[in-house]
Amino acid sequence: MTTITGDGLHGDHAHDDHHAEHKPAFFARWFLSTNHKDIGTLYLIFAIMAGLIGGAISGLMRIELAEPGIQYLQIWARWSDGPEASLDQAYHLWNVLITAHGLIMVFFMVMPAIIGGFGNWFVPIMIGAPDMAFPRMNNISFWLLIPAFLLLLGSTFVPGGTGNGAGTGWTVYAPLSTSGSPGPAVDLAILSLHIAGAGSILGAVNFITTIFNMRAPGMTLHKMPLFVWSVLVTAFLLLLSLPVLAAAITMLLTDRNFGTTFYDAAGGGDPELYQHLFWFFGHPEVYIMILPGFGIVSQIISTFSRKPVFGYLGMAYAMVAIGVVGFVVWAHHMFTTGMTVNVKMYFTAATMVIAVPTGVKIFSWIATMWGGSISFKLPMIWAMGFVFLFTVGGVTGVVLANGGVDDNMHDTYYVVAHFHYVLSLGAVFSLFAGFYYWFPKMSGKMYNEVLGQLHFWIFFIGVNLLFFPMHFLGLSGMPRRIPDYPQAYAYWNGIASHGYEIMAVGVVFFLINVFWSLAAGRKAGDNPWGEGATTLEWTLTSPPPFHQFETLPVIDDAAHH
Amino acid sequence: MKIAKSVVFAGLLAIGASGALAQAPAAEASNAAAAPANEAQAPVANAAAPAADPAESAAKVAAPTPLKPEAHIGQPQSKEIGFQEQVTANGKYALWFHNGILLPLITAMSLFVAALMVYAMVRFRRSANPTPSKVSHNTLIEVIWTLGPVLILVGVAIPSIDLLAKQFKPAPKDALTVKVTGYQWYWGYEYPDNGVAEYVSNMLPPEKAIANGEPGLLGVDNRLVLPVGRPIKLLATGSDVIHSFSVPALWVKIDAVPGRINERTFTIDRPGVYYGQCSELCGARHGFMPIAIEALPPAQFAQWVASQGGSMTKPAEAAAAAE
Repeated sequence: MTTITGDGLHGDHAHDDHHAEHKPAFFARWFLSTNHKDIGTLYLIFAIMAGLIGGAISGLMRIELAEPGIQYLQIWARWSDGPEASLDQAYHLWNVLITAHGLIMVFFMVMPAIIGGFGNWFVPIMIGAPDMAFPRMNNISFWLLIPAFLLLLGSTFVPGGTGNGAGTGWTVYAPLSTSGSPGPAVDLAILSLHIAGAGSILGAVNFITTIFNMRAPGMTLHKMPLFVWSVLVTAFLLLLSLPVLAAAITMLLTDRNFGTTFYDAAGGGDPELYQHLFWFFGHPEVYIMILPGFGIVSQIISTFSRKPVFGYLGMAYAMVAIGVVGFVVWAHHMFTTGMTVNVKMYFTAATMVIAVPTGVKIFSWIATMWGGSISFKLPMIWAMGFVFLFTVGGVTGVVLANGGVDDNMHDTYYVVAHFHYVLSLGAVFSLFAGFYYWFPKMSGKMYNEVLGQLHFWIFFIGVNLLFFPMHFLGLSGMPRRIPDYPQAYAYWNGIASHGYEIMAVGVVFFLINVFWSLAAGRKAGDNPWGEGATTLEWTLTSPPPFHQFETLPVIDDAAHH
Repeated sequence: MKIAKSVVFAGLLAIGASGALAQAPAAEASNAAAAPANEAQAPVANAAAPAADPAESAAKVAAPTPLKPEAHIGQPQSKEIGFQEQVTANGKYALWFHNGILLPLITAMSLFVAALMVYAMVRFRRSANPTPSKVSHNTLIEVIWTLGPVLILVGVAIPSIDLLAKQFKPAPKDALTVKVTGYQWYWGYEYPDNGVAEYVSNMLPPEKAIANGEPGLLGVDNRLVLPVGRPIKLLATGSDVIHSFSVPALWVKIDAVPGRINERTFTIDRPGVYYGQCSELCGARHGFMPIAIEALPPAQFAQWVASQGGSMTKPAEAAAAAE
C-alpha cells in the first residue's frame, strides 16, 4: 500500500500491518481524537448524558402537570432564583424548563446521537472508507458541542427577564426573545445555538465529502446502504438550513444588543420575519432528526427479514424527495400568524405532498418484511415499533397540515402529541433500534436480550400512555407551554404523568443493560445477525480494528444493499 | 372627555362585572329585578375606582345580566376526547371535516399499517417461513402505493381548501368590528365603530371564578361581549410580544402580533359563554390570560353597548354623537 511519510502525522502508520492494536494513549485518543469510531463513541456518550438531562427536565414538567395547580414550581424557583422567588419567577422557570427540554433534546440528544454517533461510526465503514474525509474537522465538530451545551446550561443561572434563564421556548420567537427577555440568558442560549450549529455544519461538510469521494471501488451511489443515503440527504439539509438559523439568531443578537430592528415593527422590521427564517431552518430540522432514523430502520428490517430492502431506489429517492419538499413547507408552522388565504392554501397542499414519499417508505418497510424470514431480535422489535408509531405520528401530521383545521389545533397539545410521536416515539425508537443493532459491533459484547425486551415493552407502554392522551387534551383545547390548566384537563394530564413514570423505568433498564453488557456481556462474533446482515460493518471484527479498510474492499456487481 | 369616559367605564367594568357575577344567582332568582339591582350597584363600584368621577359615571342604561356559562359548551370537558361543540358555521364545517373525513381516514390508515405488520409478523416469522423470498422490486405495487395516497390526499385537499376559502370570506359591510389587543398578560377589547373604548380583561383568581360558577383559570373580570347572528370582524394585534387569541368553540385562533393587525371573520349562532386561552408563549404569565366571550342576542348586545356609553349607529354618526 501507499506509504505516507514526512508529514509527521501519518508516519507511525507507515510500517504497520497491525495498526488495530496501535491506539494512542488515553488523553490523545479521547481528547485529540481523529478516529471516526472514537468520535462516534464520544457523540453517543454525550447524547446519552444530554438525553438523561433533557429527560429529567421533562420529568419535572410532568410532575408539575400531574395535577392542576402549582405544586412544585415555586420550590424549584427558590433554588434557581433565590429564596425570595416570586410566583412570576416560578412561572418563568416553567418557560425555562420547556425551552431547555426542547433545545437539549433537539440539538444535544437526537442530532449528536443519530448523525454524530451512528453517522460517524458507520458511514465510513458502510462505504468501505478508512475514516472520514476530514478527521480533524470531525474532532472539532464534536468538541464544539461541549461549550455549546455549557452555554445553554449556564444560561439558566443568569437573568433572562422575569427570572433566571431563557424562557422563550426552543423557537426563540421575537419579540419575546428580544425586548421581552432582558438580561444575558437569551444571549447565552443564542450563542449556544450558534456554536452547536457551526459544529453541525462542519459535520455536514465532512459527511458530504466523505460519501462523494471516499466510497470503495464498486460502491456506486446506487449501491450505498440506505443508512448512508439517509445521512447524505441529512447532511445537505444541515448544510442548507443551518446557515439560515445562524442568520436569524444573529439578527436576534443585534436586535437585542446593538439597536437594530430586524424584528421590531417600531423600527420598520417585522416579528414574522423571524418566524419565517426560523422555520425555514426548523422544518428541514425535523427531517434532519428523522431521516437517519429511516436509514437505520431500513438496515434493521432488511437484516432481520433476511431480505434486501424492498424498492431500494424508491426508498433512496423518497428520502431525497422528503428533503427537497421539506424546504418548501415551512409556513405550516405559522398558520395562525395571519397569512393570506392563498399562502395558506399553498402551504396546506405542499405539506400534504410530503405524505406521499413518507407513505412509500412505510409501505416499503412492510414489503421488506413481506415474504421474509423474520426473527424478532431486539433491534427488529424496536424498528417495528418505530414503523407503527411513526405512522401514528405521521397521520396526525396530515391532519395538522390542513390550514383551516389547524386554526383550532395550532399550539395545542395535539401538536405536542404529534411531534412527540414522530420524535420521541419515532426518532428515539430508531435510536434505540440502532443502538441495540450496532452495540455488538461497537463494543464487541452482546447486549442482554431480557433486559432489552423489558426496556422495549416498558418504554413502549410508557410513551404511549404519556403521549396518546395529549391528542385528547389538544382536541379539547389545552394550549401548549402552560404550567397550570383548568380542572377539566386534569384527567388526561394525570394519565400522561403516570405514563412518564413508566417510561422512566424503561430507561433505567436501558442504562442497566448498557453497563451490564459492557462489563459482562458475552462476546459478540463478527456478525451476530446471520446472513441477513449484508453491509460492510459485519465483515469486520467486533469491535472493528482501530483503522479499518487500509486495503480497500471491492464491491462486486452482485452485492446488494 | 372620551378618554376620561373610557377610564371610568374600564373601572366600572372591572369591578362592576365581577361584583355582578358574584351576585348572579341572586339576580337570576328575581329576573325582573335584575337590572335595577345592577344599576344600584354601579355607583358603589365606581366609588371604589380611583379615577372615577361620580358625576360622570352613572350609566344611563344598565348592562344586561352577565350570562352564566353552561357546563357542556364553550369550555373543556373532563375526559373529553374530541373537539368542543362548535357555535359557528365554519367551526361546524371544520368539525365535520375532521370528524367525518380526517379522523376516520387516519384511524383507518394506522389500523391498516398495523394489520399488515401483524400479518407479516405472524405469516413470515422465521419458524413459519424459513426461506425468505428474494423479491425486492415490484413496479406495479410501487406505483399503486404512490398514486393511491396521492388520490386520497387530493380527496382531502378539496374540503380543506374549501374550508380555507370559507374562513377567509371577507367580512360583510354590516359586520361588527372588534379590536383585540394582547398585553403581557391580559387582553384589551375595543369596539371602534360603536364608540366603546378599550377596556381590559384580566383573569379572575381561580377561587373567585369557581365561586361565580365559572371554570377556574378561564373566568375573567370583563368578558368580550359579542352579538349572536351578526358577522364579527375581529382585528387582533399585540402591544408588547406576540399573543394568540384562541377560542376553541368558535374554531378561531389568530396571532396578536405587534406591528400587525390580523383579521378574522366569524358569526356566532347561539348565545352563551365561550372560553379560550392565549395560545402563543408570551412570557411568565402566558398560562394566565384567558379569553371569555359572552355572546348575546342582538337586543341585549345593543343594551350592553349602550350601557358602555356606545351606540349601535353607524361610525360617522357615533363619532358625531360623541363630540
